[in-house]
Amino acid sequence: MKSSPTRRVLLAGAGIVALAMPLAACSGGGGSSDGKVEISYLTQSDDSNTNQAKALIAAFEKANPDITVKLETQPGGTEGDNLMKTKLSTDSMNDVFHYNSGSLLQALNPDQTLVDLSDEDWVDGLTDDFKAVVSTDNGLYGAPWGTSFAGAVLYNKKVYEQLGLTVPTTWDEFIANSEKIKSDGDGVAPILQSYGDTWTSQLFVLGDFANVSKVNPDWAEQYTANDPEAKYVNEPAFAGFAHGAEVFEKGLLNEDFASMTNAQAMGALATGAGAQYPMLSATISQVQQDYPDNVNDIGVFALPADDAADTAITMWQPNGIYIAKSTEGDKLAAAKKFVAFANSDEGCQVQNEGGSIAGPYVTSACTLPDDVPDLVDDIQAYFDADATGSALEFLSPIKGPNLENITVAVGSGITTAEDGAAQYDEDVKKQAQQLGLSGW
Amino acid sequence: MTVTETLTTADARSLRRRPREDRRPMTARRWARKYLVGIIAIIVSVVVFLVPFVFVFLQSAKTSQEAGLVQFSLPSEWQFWPNLIEVLQKNDYQVLWAFLWTTVITVFSCAIMVVFAAMVGYVLQRKRTRLNPYINFMVLAALIVPPAVVPTIWVLQGVGLFKTIPGMILIEATFGLAFCVLLFRAFVGTIPRELDEAAIIDGAGPMRLFFSVVLPLLKPVIVTVIVVQAVFVFSDFQNPLYFLPGNDYPTVQLGLYNFQSQTVSQFNLLFMYILLTTIPPLIMYIFFNRQIVAGMTSGAVKG
Amino acid sequence: MTTAVAPTGAAPPATTGPSKTGAKRKGIRSPYPSWFYIPAAVLFIVFFAVPTFASFYFSLTRWTLFDVQFIGFDNFVQFFQEPQLVQGFINTFIYGFTTSAAKVILGLALALLLTGPILGRGYLRAVVFFPVLVSTVGIGLTFKALLDPFHGMVNGVLGFFHLPEPGWYTDPNLALLTVAGVDVWKGVGIATLIFMAGIVAIPHEYFEAARMDGAGAWSVFRNITLPLVRPATATVIILSLIGGLREFAMIWAMTKGGPGFTSDVIASVIYKQYQAGFFGLSTAGNVILFLVVTAVMVPVSWFLNRREAEL
Repeated sequence: MKSSPTRRVLLAGAGIVALAMPLAACSGGGGSSDGKVEISYLTQSDDSNTNQAKALIAAFEKANPDITVKLETQPGGTEGDNLMKTKLSTDSMNDVFHYNSGSLLQALNPDQTLVDLSDEDWVDGLTDDFKAVVSTDNGLYGAPWGTSFAGAVLYNKKVYEQLGLTVPTTWDEFIANSEKIKSDGDGVAPILQSYGDTWTSQLFVLGDFANVSKVNPDWAEQYTANDPEAKYVNEPAFAGFAHGAEVFEKGLLNEDFASMTNAQAMGALATGAGAQYPMLSATISQVQQDYPDNVNDIGVFALPADDAADTAITMWQPNGIYIAKSTEGDKLAAAKKFVAFANSDEGCQVQNEGGSIAGPYVTSACTLPDDVPDLVDDIQAYFDADATGSALEFLSPIKGPNLENITVAVGSGITTAEDGAAQYDEDVKKQAQQLGLSGW
Repeated sequence: MTVTETLTTADARSLRRRPREDRRPMTARRWARKYLVGIIAIIVSVVVFLVPFVFVFLQSAKTSQEAGLVQFSLPSEWQFWPNLIEVLQKNDYQVLWAFLWTTVITVFSCAIMVVFAAMVGYVLQRKRTRLNPYINFMVLAALIVPPAVVPTIWVLQGVGLFKTIPGMILIEATFGLAFCVLLFRAFVGTIPRELDEAAIIDGAGPMRLFFSVVLPLLKPVIVTVIVVQAVFVFSDFQNPLYFLPGNDYPTVQLGLYNFQSQTVSQFNLLFMYILLTTIPPLIMYIFFNRQIVAGMTSGAVKG
Repeated sequence: MTTAVAPTGAAPPATTGPSKTGAKRKGIRSPYPSWFYIPAAVLFIVFFAVPTFASFYFSLTRWTLFDVQFIGFDNFVQFFQEPQLVQGFINTFIYGFTTSAAKVILGLALALLLTGPILGRGYLRAVVFFPVLVSTVGIGLTFKALLDPFHGMVNGVLGFFHLPEPGWYTDPNLALLTVAGVDVWKGVGIATLIFMAGIVAIPHEYFEAARMDGAGAWSVFRNITLPLVRPATATVIILSLIGGLREFAMIWAMTKGGPGFTSDVIASVIYKQYQAGFFGLSTAGNVILFLVVTAVMVPVSWFLNRREAEL
């Protein structure tokens, strides 16, 4: 209509080329050419994951010249979760892929969709905790990639020094420290919260879990079995919700907690504008990127329990690398080599160079480099004292979809802690039924 | 109303060729309308519509640390060019490929949508059959129901078009059909049947009636549909995410995820990417603005 | 030989009713070929109808994407037991109707302004359409920053004038309306475009005739513009209402349904279930959403189309 004849011809030409290209690509792609085996590796599309994957692939291809690895990326986060499930269920998953462990892995139905790797050599070097989170009763499915990391309170050591505070081991001490920061801190926010990124609000609840496990080591099992005692409305688990409400009521939060983003909070913590921030230690990489000089001003201590004896640090297990069941024959052999390589010396080196080192490794194959941020030593101290515990998502497949909304509501004073805990107990019912767990 | 009645026999073509200009004398009131209101409108538009873009621009020129603060402030170091180059080069110039593929998808799906939907809207409006209420309902339903992802993937796999550009084009065309049909049906209603009948009397067959007589009269709505749907398809991220996954054919919106992760994000690059992906459509729109306006106003006899 | 029959432009077509000539033509083949439906129908059936019906089946199951377990209407029951459901429905209606009303009114006003003689018209038309071109995610991020209660520019300016500085998206009572406002900002350009198309379709003669008859600006608007722009109005109402009732992307980008659940709408409830992997449940939710929106839209659409036919 409005296009001139020349334009139409050009458009048609471009169209033909465009349509022909995918057909050409189709015929050339996949499978082996000139004796080389090609496998594809899927990871998340953000910067650090992509760069690490490229480094890993480069090192692997160098050591294995007869295998080429094609990198594919996709968004991480919750869109990624759905994509993973969609790809696996439509048989369109890549040969090897990188993904979370624990309950997210369980949601992929590993028995049906992944290759069992329990006979591989590197399995012996794994910690028991990690083995548990990449296995089902029927097999072990993944090799670790990256370090474990803690969900605890990150704090600014300089602020603590200035005010003469010591690391708290009970909840009352923690509140006392926070009150002191509020009164004497000269405008420093005692506790940072960043509801601009809603997922960060969950730390008071989730980061408390190691303490819960100390009080009741069977809590996770009872929770999965719908034991009426193991509910969030009851202690010891209720503490997480109660704490979230308490810090709001006592006015210990930063003024702009409702809109602050995670990146802004890490910045505030690094520069000393905020003193304490319940967060995953892995976010230290944001500080490494934006405030490299302040990285070692940040330390970490476990979210304290009411009783010092129960205080333990909650650890998140690293992600894993898995092989899809649709991978067969030569590709399967190549894929297994790739996975093994990830935990070899060269693989560990790639992990050390690119990744965010925010805790200890879970395999004896890798050792931490010397230049890790200080907070890793803080975490290691808890391991030495045997005061650690896994986060709930690694011990139980149940996690309700609305937790972050509920914790934001509790932490903003919209809902009471009791109501929030009750809501969450209701919320997880759906998940449990979806998973077909008995007893729900 | 008498004046309008006599107009029904006036000569259409002459009206079209000479769009009547407003030759009334410029009174103070009309001067005020044209200039004062214009100036106020411009100021308001700058504040309401342009300030957010200034923000995007400023963010894209900052370092990662400053951009992470997400504040409306001038950058302390001007990082625009380094950021631009970094975003362009990311993943082997992924953003440029993404532009290519997204443009291809947009152009072809819009072409398909317009032609098919015009045909449906036209017959739907003109021909009263017993099927009409059902078709109308299906159009409405198609607007409301969100696509079912996994079954659609099965269908695509079944016809062998999964993860291909043609498959994506057909999907986008299908999802946009309802909207287009709605618009076409509404505007075909403004073309009087006398025109059809006159053309038939002149011996036009159904095809000629549609393509030579009706379709040109639908120019305003064709232009509107193309513009609106082009924007929708271009900014669609859900559909390419599921139906065209992978890096073989990157699309523009998915690139946003390259700069965000749970543990570390680069807000300066993210906003630079947003800027980069907004500028070309903007330029196209400005460039074609005149055509769009001409298309709208030249439509047949409509002044 | 009045071959060049002058259509009365956008005049209310007097013959939209069942045409007598059509009935007379029964013997002759209709000039409106039914096969025109076929291309669109093929696409529609293959890529839309089939998957949608398949998914309706899945709404009756517990579906993990890997195995399917038929559970009848349990999903629907469970959906209605969702604790925040009532609030979600209320929010959905508030959101849908306010954004739609705002887009219609503002769109029409802007279209009137931009089709009249005004300084910088070309620039204004482009500028009004800019927001439509930016991705929703980008807009969400930008406005989250601009509307930040403490550091954002908007509150900075308000504070400068000693006006109250509301917590735009952190105040539970305000969050939903704030997102609706941003949605209107983004979407008004399209409404304006459609209205502009409708307005320029009205021939000058009508306006001149009215002026010759001595009508004032308001009267012209009420008696000529408004009625003759009805197809555009109907379209904008239908599209913006459906879009508003189904909206999810903007809410998700700005507040994720928060703070807490106060800006949750049905679409975001469904998305959260989808994210959590409750595929059967979220499909059931989609079915319910479809029924609800249809229940609203069918009467609205019938009303609008009936009025059109009457003219």
